This record gives sequence, C-alpha cells and structure tokens, in this order.
Amino acid sequence: MSWVKQTFSSSIGRKFAMALSALFLMFFLLQHFAINFTSVFGDKTFNEISHFMGTNPLVQFALQPVLIFAVVYHFAMGFVLEAKNRGARSVKYAKNNGAANSTWFSRNMIYSGLVILAFLGLHFYDFWIPEINVKYIQGDMSGMHNGEFRYYEELVHKFQDPVRVGMYVLSFVLLAMHLLHGFQSAFQSVGANHSKYTPLIKKLGNIYAIAIPAGFIFIALFHHLTGH
Amino acid sequence: MATLDSRIPEGPIADKWTNHKNNIKLVNPANKRSIDVIVVGTGLAGGSAAATLAELGYNVKAFCYQDSPRRAHSIAAQGGINAAKNYQGDGDSTYRLFYDTVKGGDYRSREANVYRLAEVSTNIIDQCVAQGVPFARDYGGLLDNRSFGGVQVSRTFYAKGQTGQQLLLGCYSAMSRQIGKGKLKMYNRHEMLDLVIVDGKARGIIARNLVTGEIERHSAHAVVVGSGGYGNVFFLSTNAMGSNTSAAWKIHQRGAYFANPCFTQIHPTCIPQHGEQQSKLTLMSESLRNDGRIWVPAKKEDAEAVRAGKLKPTDIAEEDRDYYLERRYPSFGNLTPRDVASRAAKERCDAGFGVGTNETGEAVYLDFESAIMRYGQEDANVKGVHNPSQEQIRQLGEKVIETKYGNLFQMYEKITADNPYKTPMKIYPAVHYTMGGVWCDYNLMTTIPGCYAIGEANFSDHGANRLGASALMQGLADGYFVLPYTIGDYLADDIRTGAIPTDTPEFDEAEKAVQERIEFFINNKGSKSVDHFHKRLGKVMWNKVGMARNEKGLNEAIEEIRQIREEFWKEVKVPGVADGINPELEKAGRVADFLELGELFARDALEREESCGGHFREEHQSDEGEAVRDDKKFTFVSAWEYKGEPSDAILHKEPLVYDNIELKTRSYK
Amino acid sequence: MSTHKNLNLTLKVWRQKDQKAKGNMETYQVSDISTDSSFLEMMDILNEQLINEGKEPVAFDHDCREGICGTCSLYINGEAHGPGREITTCQLHMREFNDGDTIYIEPWRANAFPVIKDLMVDRTAFDRIMAAGGFISVNTSGNTVDANAIPIEKANADKAMDAATCIGCGACVATCKNSSAMLFVSAKVSQFALLPQGQVESAERAQNMVKVMDEEGFGNCSNTGACEVECPKGISLENIARLNREYLSGSVKK
Repeated sequence: MSWVKQTFSSSIGRKFAMALSALFLMFFLLQHFAINFTSVFGDKTFNEISHFMGTNPLVQFALQPVLIFAVVYHFAMGFVLEAKNRGARSVKYAKNNGAANSTWFSRNMIYSGLVILAFLGLHFYDFWIPEINVKYIQGDMSGMHNGEFRYYEELVHKFQDPVRVGMYVLSFVLLAMHLLHGFQSAFQSVGANHSKYTPLIKKLGNIYAIAIPAGFIFIALFHHLTGH
Repeated sequence: MATLDSRIPEGPIADKWTNHKNNIKLVNPANKRSIDVIVVGTGLAGGSAAATLAELGYNVKAFCYQDSPRRAHSIAAQGGINAAKNYQGDGDSTYRLFYDTVKGGDYRSREANVYRLAEVSTNIIDQCVAQGVPFARDYGGLLDNRSFGGVQVSRTFYAKGQTGQQLLLGCYSAMSRQIGKGKLKMYNRHEMLDLVIVDGKARGIIARNLVTGEIERHSAHAVVVGSGGYGNVFFLSTNAMGSNTSAAWKIHQRGAYFANPCFTQIHPTCIPQHGEQQSKLTLMSESLRNDGRIWVPAKKEDAEAVRAGKLKPTDIAEEDRDYYLERRYPSFGNLTPRDVASRAAKERCDAGFGVGTNETGEAVYLDFESAIMRYGQEDANVKGVHNPSQEQIRQLGEKVIETKYGNLFQMYEKITADNPYKTPMKIYPAVHYTMGGVWCDYNLMTTIPGCYAIGEANFSDHGANRLGASALMQGLADGYFVLPYTIGDYLADDIRTGAIPTDTPEFDEAEKAVQERIEFFINNKGSKSVDHFHKRLGKVMWNKVGMARNEKGLNEAIEEIRQIREEFWKEVKVPGVADGINPELEKAGRVADFLELGELFARDALEREESCGGHFREEHQSDEGEAVRDDKKFTFVSAWEYKGEPSDAILHKEPLVYDNIELKTRSYK
Repeated sequence: MSTHKNLNLTLKVWRQKDQKAKGNMETYQVSDISTDSSFLEMMDILNEQLINEGKEPVAFDHDCREGICGTCSLYINGEAHGPGREITTCQLHMREFNDGDTIYIEPWRANAFPVIKDLMVDRTAFDRIMAAGGFISVNTSGNTVDANAIPIEKANADKAMDAATCIGCGACVATCKNSSAMLFVSAKVSQFALLPQGQVESAERAQNMVKVMDEEGFGNCSNTGACEVECPKGISLENIARLNREYLSGSVKK
C-alpha cells in the first residue's frame, strides 16, 4: 500500500486529508449542536440522547475513535503544514498587504485553530475526562446521579461560571472565523469547485459558520442567564 | 569570400521541397547521438528547432538571455498564425498563401522559400493542436479563423489575442519534454557573445553566464541562430527590452552576410508614444482592423481642437470624418497591408490631421462604433430581441466585441486610461518586425558552413514587407519542419568527427576578444549611460531611416550614427561588475552592435533607390504617394559582407527570379 | 487625460549584491515622474539617476513590457505586481500613485525563488516542474492527425485557453502566505486535462508535476485565494480544484 502513503504525504494528499477530517468534524459539530440545542427545551430529550450517545457501543467504540482520530489528525497536520508553510519563506516581506487579496480568517487559521484547541482542552476537562472517568474507570454506565440522569444537571452547572461562559463565547467566535474559511476550503480541497455550484457552497458555508457557533453561544448564554 | 549560392532545388515549385527532402543526406539515429547542436534563442524558431532536434536524437544545447525559454518575445504576438488549410472553403490554397506572401512582400522574397513556407503551414496547425495549443473553436468544436491585412481569405488561426503566447508555450512544452529526458540542455540567462569558427566551420560559441558573469566555451557540430530581429535599433519599438541583434551581428562579423537590413516593418496599430520617458511601444493586434475603422478629422480645425483637448472624437459628425484608408483603398479598406496603412497614417499626421496629445500630434483613430452597432443588431436578431433600443444594441455589440478583443481592449485601457468601447482608440505606427536579417540559403545555412539562421533572424521569406500572422508561421516552419531536415545534409559529414574540443586556439582567441570588450566597458571612465546613446541612435533611425527615407536624410543618418558610435566608445559609462549580474553591461554590448547595424541599415536604404514594402524612398513615389518599385535595377537581395567599419561593408547581390509569379505593381485599391 | 501631473516619490527598495549576500532596504527619492509613465519606466528613471550619481543601478527582471512574457515581478507596497488587478508590474502605471507616496519595492519572497540580485529572483523551479510533465508526449513530426479531426467542445476549449494564459511570473507563489505553487501547476495540468489530446496522460502528468513541486520546496495550498486575486491573468481557483481531482484520481488509477 505504498501508494497510499505516498499520496497522503504529498502536498495535495495532506490537504485532502485535512479536508476529509474537516468535513467529518463539521458533521460532528452539527449533530453535537442539534443534541445540545434540545437542552434549551428542558432536560428530558437532552438526557435521553446524551445517555444514548454516551453508552451506545457503536457510538462509543466505532464513531468515537474516528472522531478522536479526526481531531488529532486535523490538529497535528494543521501544525505540521503550518510549520512547513512558514518554512517555505525564510525572509519575510518588509511590507505585506494580505488584506488586499484574502480574508483575515483564511490567513489565520492557525490562530483560530489554537484557540479552538485551548477550548477543547477546557471542554475535555469539563466533560469528556469526567465522563470517561465515571464510565470506564469507575465503571458506572448508568448515567444516573441521585436517581436522575446527570447530563442536563452537569451542563447547567458548568454554565453558571461567567468566566467559563466568557471563554466559551470567545472560542465559538473564533470557531466561526475558522469555519468561514474552512467550510468552503474543504470542498475546494477535495476538488469540488465549479462556477455553477461553488457560490451555493460558499453561501451554505457562511450560514453554517455563523449559525452553528451562534447557536452554541446562545445555548451557553441561555443556561447562564436563566440558571436552568 | 563565400559565394551566394542559394541552393534552390531544381524542378517545379510545388515539388521542390519534396524532391529536396528526398535527395538530401540523412544522419542515422545512432550517429545523431554523437552530434552536438547549439541553438541560440528560444522563441518560436529557436525553441521549435531545439525541441525537434533533440527529439530526433541530436544532443542539443539551447541558450537564451531570459530567465526561461518561455519568455522569448514571440510570446507577445497577438493576432494569429496563417495556414493554408482552407477550412473556411473561401478559396485558399498553398499557392494562394504563397502568392499573397510574395505580393505582400512586394516581390523581394525568394520564391522557393516562400512556397515551402506555405506548403508546411498546414502541418504547423496539426502539430500545435496535437501539442495542446488551445486555438479558438466554434460551437461545433472545429477551429475558427479570422482574416488579416493584405489578403482576401480567412486563414488565420488564433488563440484569443495571445496566439504567440500559446504557440511559444507549445514549443516550451516540447522543449521541457526533451529537457526532462536529458536530450536538451537549457542555458537560461546566458548570452552568446561570439561564434567560434574552426577550419572554416562554425564549431561553437562563447557565452556569458549572466548570473555569475563567467565566460563559457561551448562547442558543437553546428550552430543555429534564432535570436530574433533587430527592431530595437530604433530604441522605441514593440520588441522586448532585451531583444537584440548581437547573436546575429556576431555571426555577421565572423563571415555571415547580412541581408536587406533596411527592410523593416512599421506596424500601423500601436499605442502612440506618451512622452520622453517612454521605454517601449505597445502593439495592438492588427486583427483589430477587421472591425475597427481608421479615421482622422476631415477638417484641420477639428484636428487642432482635438489636440488641444477642446473637442471629443465622439462629437465629430460622420460627414466630418475622413476614413482615409477606405477612401484611398476601396477594395482592401482598413485591411491594407501594414506598410501601406502605416504610411497613410503618417501622411495624414504630417498633413496636420493627427489627433495625438503629445507634442507631435501623432495619432489616428481606430473606431469600433460601427462594428459594435452592427454586431449588436446581428446578435439581437439571433437572440430574438424584437425592436431593440439603440442602448440594447450597443450593449449586445459591446459583448460581442469583448469576446473577440476583450484582452486587447483591456490592455489599451490599462495603458491609456481611455475606454475604447466608448471612445475610439488612438493608434500610431511603430517599429515592429525586421524582414531583413542574416542571409541564408534554401537549407537556412548562412555563408558560414555549419551556421544556420532561422525565424526573424534570417531574411528569406517576407521580402520587403511581412503580412500579418506570418511571423509565427515562419518561425515554426523553420524550427519544426525545415531546419531539422536540412541540417542533416550538413551534419551527415560530421558523424565521425567526434566531440569538438574547446581548448583550441580558435576558442582562446574568441574568448579573449570577448573578455577584452567586457573589461573595456567596466573600466571605461565615461560620463554617459548606455541608454543615452541608445536613445540618440533611436532618434536618428526613426527620423531619418524610419517610415519615409530620402537620400539627404540617409547620408546625414550615416554620419550621425558614426559620430554617436565614436562618442559611445569614448564616453560610455557602465557601472557594476563583470563577475555578476550586470544589466548595464549586457545593454552596452548590445547597443555597441546596434550602433554598427544602424549605419549598415542606413547604407542599405541609401543604396536601394526604389520604394518597396517597408522601405519607402520619398524620391520614388507616384503622384498619389504610392510606392514605386524599380524591378529592373533592384530585383535582388542585398547581402552585406562585414569588413570592419560599416562603411567598408561589401554589397553582394542575389538576383531574385520569379518563375511562378508575375511581378506587378502592388495595388490594394 | 490632459491633467498632466508629476509625482515626487520616496522609494524603499531591496538591495542585495548576490545570492549569498545579506540584503537590506535602501531609500531613494525620485521626482517629476509623469503619471503616464509605467512603473518600470519610473524604475528606469531611478536607475538613470543612480548611474549619473556613480552608483550601481537596481537590478530587476523585465522584458516585453506589455504584460505577457511574465519576466517582471516586484512586490510593490505589499502586493505582487502592485495595486491593480489583472496586470503585471510593467502594466502598472504611475497614475495609481499620489504625489509624496512612499513605495515599498521588494523581490518575490519564497525559498523556492532565491534572490540572485536586488529585485531579481531565480524562478527555474517552474521550469523543472514543467520538465517533469508540462507537455503532451507528441513528437514534432508534423505527421499528426488533421487539426480538425477531433472536435473539441467549445466550453472546454475556452476553459483550456483560460488556464493556458498563465505567464509563469510567480506572482501566485509570491503572494501566497505559504509560497505555494499550486495555481501555476494547476493551470498547466488543467489546460491539458481539458483537451482530449492531453487527457491520455493526465494522471501521470499531475503525479509527476506535483512530485517535483513538492521537492522544490513550495509550501502547501491553504485555499486563501490570494493567488487568484493577484494573478495578472486571472487564473481561477477552479484549476486548483481540478488539479486536486486529477492528482487524487490519478493516485488511485496509476
């Protein structure tokens, strides 16, 4: 299978892999948002879906590893490529007017990416690590706390801290920026660009990039402000 | 002294090339591997020759002064390439292309060469399409054609307004393929500075690496010069800044005769000069004359008002416009050949009807108004728009014009800040192409055995005037289809020679001369830049050896050029170093050669006491101001032998024999 | 256009003796520049001035001065070929500037394009990419089929032409924050992939050209689109998408 290795170590192959992982992550983000959004309407649906996602073997042992791989690959390759790209120009321009020909978001994916990474750290610390701890170390797969599902309660609890909400909001603003470029860029990388449909992809991308992070921010603020 | 044997094969004109190919010597593939060929210049002629020779199996070394072979100035040709394909079914044929070319050249080209050119023209199109040149096509997927000046058929193939670019990139691709295979070694940023002759044969060159300044020796069994024309002797021309005559002039100095230097084409549709700081002129493709109408105000006071900026061309009523080409040449109208159209523009401007805003007022209008309205109406019919308004018609028409000439219109607007869709373009003639060049025989070999001249660098095919879209045709014909055959005839005797050593006295001598000249430039404590001299030379050339020439002016020019040359060798100042990149040093060498060529040019013009094609002697014109040839005295090629000073050059005459075409007064009326 | 106005300008120009030397920005003043002059004519005037002052003129690449040869480069005020769209530096005119402006003039910056003197860079990496596959493997014998034997859909012929207009100037690399050469490579790959003559070896071509592109040290494309904006010939990003397709499908096919 040396051709696979060769392909994915070439510039285009890596770009393709970045795009594939991005497309997967964007799909994941959409479903994550859909589930989280149910919390706005109360605890019942949110708890049920959370429990299903947290205990279903297919989700846990098939999709979750793919997700972890995609996240790790996307970040790791993002750094590798950034380093390589920076290395391709040792002497910088004394004056460079990047704004004349490209968006700020597209030129600074590494910074929006780093903020998202920091956020992921917080997110893991808040949810994923405790979750893994409870389920697989302590072995408690019930999802119950004091006789009720604990998911909704934990969610609301985390959003009480204004500092955390602030960081949350900031991260999602940067995620929006990342997506404003990333969404359409992923399509370009897999070779989808045509004067007929690309304008539509760009429009969808803008909607997605703003609506999804805005939705997450709404959820955070909703719980923070309503206190439940 | 070499004799002028044109080596034209026997037989009827239509069979000459075939017979010749059947009878010349060949080199077998195994032997080709032990033969080296140097190609200087990588434009359409040099590039196609280098690629083809490498493909045939020769070891080829190609040289260009540019940073890549893709940048040769063939790339700037806009309009198209002729070929007698007769795809339009409008009566075209090999003979007609041959006839048009000889007639267009005002009967001063060699019949056999021109016929061969017309014959192989169709192969070029097939070849280029196979190489992936994206020629324009119609909706049926077949190739489209347009018509060009001086002919009555549509035989010009084109790729938007960038035909030269696409053809050159085709060549460059073919070269790249051979470079990848290792058959062709490319020397970018190298300039040939001398030819090395061993035992009377061209055996190598001395070249300067323009990056390191190193002087290098390169040997070969044959040297092919495809280094383009010498239009930059005028300083301002449509040539590239680096275009120069040095390679051609070096071989001339080493014994190759230089033919018809005074046959230079002044192209009618260029953007007028804006001022003294101008570095070059920009051509607008002749294809614009298909749809543009050329005019000046009919009243002098209108012309004056336009020049003063008080009157806009669009405000001049139809009856106050003088469409002088249509008036003088009703059957060809705006599509008269280039020399005729250029002189007519000069005549109007000299008479005070010019519309330029510069000091001289030199410019005429090229107007697309009626084409826009005509195409707009047509398109409205096609699209089924009933009773369209004038505004609708105009919009549709502008769209059509945009698809045809969009990039040219854009280019014009970029340079002048005028919108040619709304106001007529201003154009004026400028030096564009040189029909003259190194003399060569039917095999394209110069008077030095083993030294060949191809493309614009040689003289053979265009006579005294070149038709539009024929330069590309000639360059590719020479490089792809003529030279690769004919060179074998010479090289067949070299199969046992072995590699040519470079540590011989001949190489020593040539290298030493090159070194000395460079050292002179670097060490000369002059006071004036190279450009200073080049501009002065250009002014003399343009004013006295330009579109119209007379005995008095030519004599003055010869004297003035000699003076400039003397002053140049005393006062030229070249900053920088010899052992590194030094554009001023490069220019100094080129201008030194132009200063010799310029004088020979004027001498040639003085000797040719007739008007033909691009060479117009004021003493030889009809009452209506048309050129008058003197076929009795001047049906020959002037081939000049170098003897040091241009004034010592010896004139040799190659008589031109017309067996297939009757010499007539060229009429486009 | 009778408002003739002449400009006085401050120029910040990169000077570097040769490839190995360390360069620096130098400041020069030029005055009385006609707004009708092209940018390179302004550079000529600066050089004439330097020569007369007994200094070495600024070396810069240029040749045709009509926007087609692709020789001229220059990163002017932070943009490849300066402000203005779909033009090369030689087509940039001084009317784009104002009296008293300071203009930064730098060479293309990319490790794959080393500076060889002042504002001149070595772009032979492009030639090496071309030698790896930028052609159709057909001999120049003239014994090919008739040019009209294979009709080509006009839409594809036109698109091939649009891609083929690339002049190889390197503005895409210079302007790309990653110094990527994808636009250049994709233009050539696209031109041939869109034509039946070129399709035959399309898979190999993309593979071979990308391989050399990677080896030459160009960065990776991150789809910022800056190249498309700065390209003097308006080569579209669609070509890069096509290159991606050609390359990826080629990886599987080959």
